[in-house]
Amino acid sequence: MLPEIPQDLYYLLSAVLFTVGAIGVITRRNAIVIFMCIELMLNAVNLSFVTSGNFLNSLDGTIFVIFIMAVAAAEAAVGLAIFVLIFRLKGTVHVDDFNLLKG
Amino acid sequence: MADLIWLIPAFPAIGFLINGLLGVRFPKTLTAWVACLSVIASFAVSATIFVQFLQMAPESRVFEKTVFDWIVSGDFKTQIGFRIDALSIIMCLIVSGVGSLIHIYSAGYMHDDPGFRRYFCYLNLFVFMMLTLVTGDNVLVMFVGWEGVGLCSYLLIGFWYEKDSAANAGKKAFIVNRIGDFGFLLGVFTLVGFLGSQGIWTLKFSELQANAHLIAPGLATVITLLFFVGATGKSAQIPLYVWLPDAMEGPTPVSSLIHAATMVTAGVYMIARLNFLYVLAPTTLLIITIVGLLTAFFAATIGCAQYDIKRVLAYSTVSQLGYMFVGVGAGAYAAGVFHLMTHAFFKGLLFLAAGSVMHAMSGELDMRKMGGLRKKIPITYWTTFIACLAIAGVPGLSGFFSKDEILWMAYSRHHSIWFWLVGAATAGMTAFYMFRMFFNTFHGESRASEEVKHHIHESPKVMTVPLMVLAVLSIAGGYVGVPHLLGGANHIEKWLEPVFGHHAPAAAHAGGFNIVSTAFASSGEAGGIEAGMEMKLMIGAIIIGLLGIFIAWLFYVKNPNLPKRFVQKFQGLFTLVHNKYYVDEVYGFIFVRGLMKLGKFFKDYFDELIIDGIINNIAAALSGIGNIIRKVQTGLVQGYAFAIIFGAIIVIGYLISRIL
Repeated sequence: MLPEIPQDLYYLLSAVLFTVGAIGVITRRNAIVIFMCIELMLNAVNLSFVTSGNFLNSLDGTIFVIFIMAVAAAEAAVGLAIFVLIFRLKGTVHVDDFNLLKG
Repeated sequence: MADLIWLIPAFPAIGFLINGLLGVRFPKTLTAWVACLSVIASFAVSATIFVQFLQMAPESRVFEKTVFDWIVSGDFKTQIGFRIDALSIIMCLIVSGVGSLIHIYSAGYMHDDPGFRRYFCYLNLFVFMMLTLVTGDNVLVMFVGWEGVGLCSYLLIGFWYEKDSAANAGKKAFIVNRIGDFGFLLGVFTLVGFLGSQGIWTLKFSELQANAHLIAPGLATVITLLFFVGATGKSAQIPLYVWLPDAMEGPTPVSSLIHAATMVTAGVYMIARLNFLYVLAPTTLLIITIVGLLTAFFAATIGCAQYDIKRVLAYSTVSQLGYMFVGVGAGAYAAGVFHLMTHAFFKGLLFLAAGSVMHAMSGELDMRKMGGLRKKIPITYWTTFIACLAIAGVPGLSGFFSKDEILWMAYSRHHSIWFWLVGAATAGMTAFYMFRMFFNTFHGESRASEEVKHHIHESPKVMTVPLMVLAVLSIAGGYVGVPHLLGGANHIEKWLEPVFGHHAPAAAHAGGFNIVSTAFASSGEAGGIEAGMEMKLMIGAIIIGLLGIFIAWLFYVKNPNLPKRFVQKFQGLFTLVHNKYYVDEVYGFIFVRGLMKLGKFFKDYFDELIIDGIINNIAAALSGIGNIIRKVQTGLVQGYAFAIIFGAIIVIGYLISRIL
C-alpha cells in the first residue's frame, strides 16, 4: 500500500494546476486552448474540493464537484458552439481578431 | 332655489363638455342646438331667480351656496361658492340673455365655417366663465372667471388662426390683459395680506364687506387702484385699451358678445361688486372718473376717423366703457350698471347688425365701399337705425336714460362742470360717428363692386330675429331707469340699493372731492342736487347729441363732398387721428421693442452664456474624461481576464498580508 499522501500536496497540485490554467487563459491566443485552460482551472478547483471533502470526512465537496462538472459540460457545449459559429463567420478562432467590444 | 344657483354657470359648462368631448360626429344643427339650449337654460334659471327676487323683501334678496372647500391653508380658507344678489342677477340676465341671442345668431352666421363646433365650444366656455365671474361669492372665484373669459377671448379673437393678423391680435389681447390681471392679483394679495394680519382670513365678498372698516384709507386707495389696473386691462381703458380695436379680428358675433356686451364690462362689474372698498378710497374714484372721461373722449375722436365699420364700433365700445367708469367713479354704481345693461343691448345689436352687413356685402368692412343698402337689407337697416339712435342718446331710447344719468352724476358728485362738458362733447361725437357710419353704409349711392352688389341679400331669420329682439330691448331697456326728474321711478337704482346702499353719495361727498372743485374752479355748487340744473344739463346733452347727428347728415347725406374738403384742410390732424394717434406705434417703440431688447439681452448673455455655458461645459468635461478612459476598453477578452486575475491577486495578497 502506498504511503498516505499529505493533504498539502493535493492543495499544492491544485494551486499549480489553477495557476497554469490562469496563465494559459491570459497568454494563449487560440480560443480552443484558452477553453482548455479554463477547464484546467475548473478541475483544479474540483481537486481542492475533493481533497477537502476527503479529509473532512464529508460528502459536500464531492457534491460540489458533481455540480461543477455539470456546469462545465454545459459550458463546453455552449462555448464550442460559439467557436464553431465564430469560425464560420471569420475563418479563425484567434482571439486577437475579436475586438468589436472596444470603447 | 338657493341650492340651484350653481346651475347658472353649470349649464354652459355642460354644453361645452358635450360639444367638446362628444361632438365630433354631431351634425351642425345638433351642435348649435346643444350650445344654444345650454345658454337658454342658464337664462331660464336666472329669470326664475329674478322672479323670485321680485317677490321678496329687498334686503333678503341674496342667495348664497357653497359648493366645496377649495383652498384650506391654516386659518385661510376659500370655497367654491356662488352668490346671487340684486347686482349679479342683473349681470346673469344680461350675460345669458344677450348670450342666448348671440348664440342663435351665430348658428346662422358661422354656418359655413369649418370650425363650427370649435366655435360653439369656445362660446359656451366663455359664457360659463363669464357667469362664474359674476356669480362667484369670493374674489378668487371671480378671478377664475376673470382669467377664464380672458382665455376664451384670446381663443376667439384668434379663431381664424391661419390668418396672421388674427393670431397676433389674440396674442396682443392676452398679453395686455395679463398686465391688468397682474394688478388685480396684487390687489388680492394686498387685501388678503392686510386683513389676514388683522386675523380675518377671508376673500368672501360678504365677509370683506363686513370687515371693510378695518382697512386704513391709504391702504384702501392702494388696493382699489390695483384692482382698477385689472379693470383697465379687461375693460379696455387708457392705458391698456389698445387690444380691443385689434380684437375685431375675431368673428363678428364674438365681438358682439365678448368685446361689447359682456366681457369688457367685467371691470365695471368688479368695481361695482367691490363698491364697499371703493367707497373708502375717494382718490381712486376720482382717478377712475378722470381715466374714464379721457378714455371716452379719446376713443370717440378716433372713432370719427375710421373707415372699418367694426373698428368704429370697437372705439365706440372703448368710449362707452369710459362712460361706465365715469359712472362708477362718481360713486353712482347703479348708473354705471344701468349703462352697462343698455350698452349690452344696443352695442350687441350694432355688432350683430355689422355682421349682417358683412354677410350681405361678402365680408366687406370698409364703409367707403358700401352705401345704398337701405332698401336691400331693410331689417338690418331699421335695427341699426334704432341702435344708433339709442347710442346717440336720442330721448326715449335706452341710451338716453343711462348716459344722461352718468353725465348728471359726473357733474353732481364731483361738482365740476368740466366733467359734464367733456362727457357731453363725447356724446356729441358718439352721435356723429355712429351716424357717419350709418349714412355711409345705408344711404347714398352704392360704391360696391358689381359682383358684390349682385350678392347683396338680407340675412336669414336665425340672424334677423336676434336683431329684432335686441332692437326692442334697445328701446325698452331704458325704461327701468327713468330718472325722477322725468317722473320715473328709477327702478334699477332702487333695485340695486341693497348692494350699493345709500352710503355711496354720502361717502363721495365726505371724501376728497373738494380737491376737484378747487382744482377746476368749477361753477358747480357744493352739495344739493337741484332739479333745474339737471333739466338744463339734460336738454344741453340732447341738443349736443342731435347736433352730432345733424353734422353727420350734413357731411354724408346732404353734401358728400364736404368730408373730403374737410379732410384736405386738416390733413395732418386727420392722419394723426386716423392712425389712432400712433399709440400702437409708441407702445411698440417703448414697451414692445424695449422688452424685446431686454429679452434678447438676457437670451444672449444670461441664457446662452451662463445657463447654457454651465451645462455645456459640464457635458464637455465629462465627455473628455470618457474619451480618455474608454481607451481601457480594448475589446480583447484576455486583457479583461488579466485585469480580473491581477485584481484578485492584489485582493488576496492584501488579505494574506493581514493574516500574516
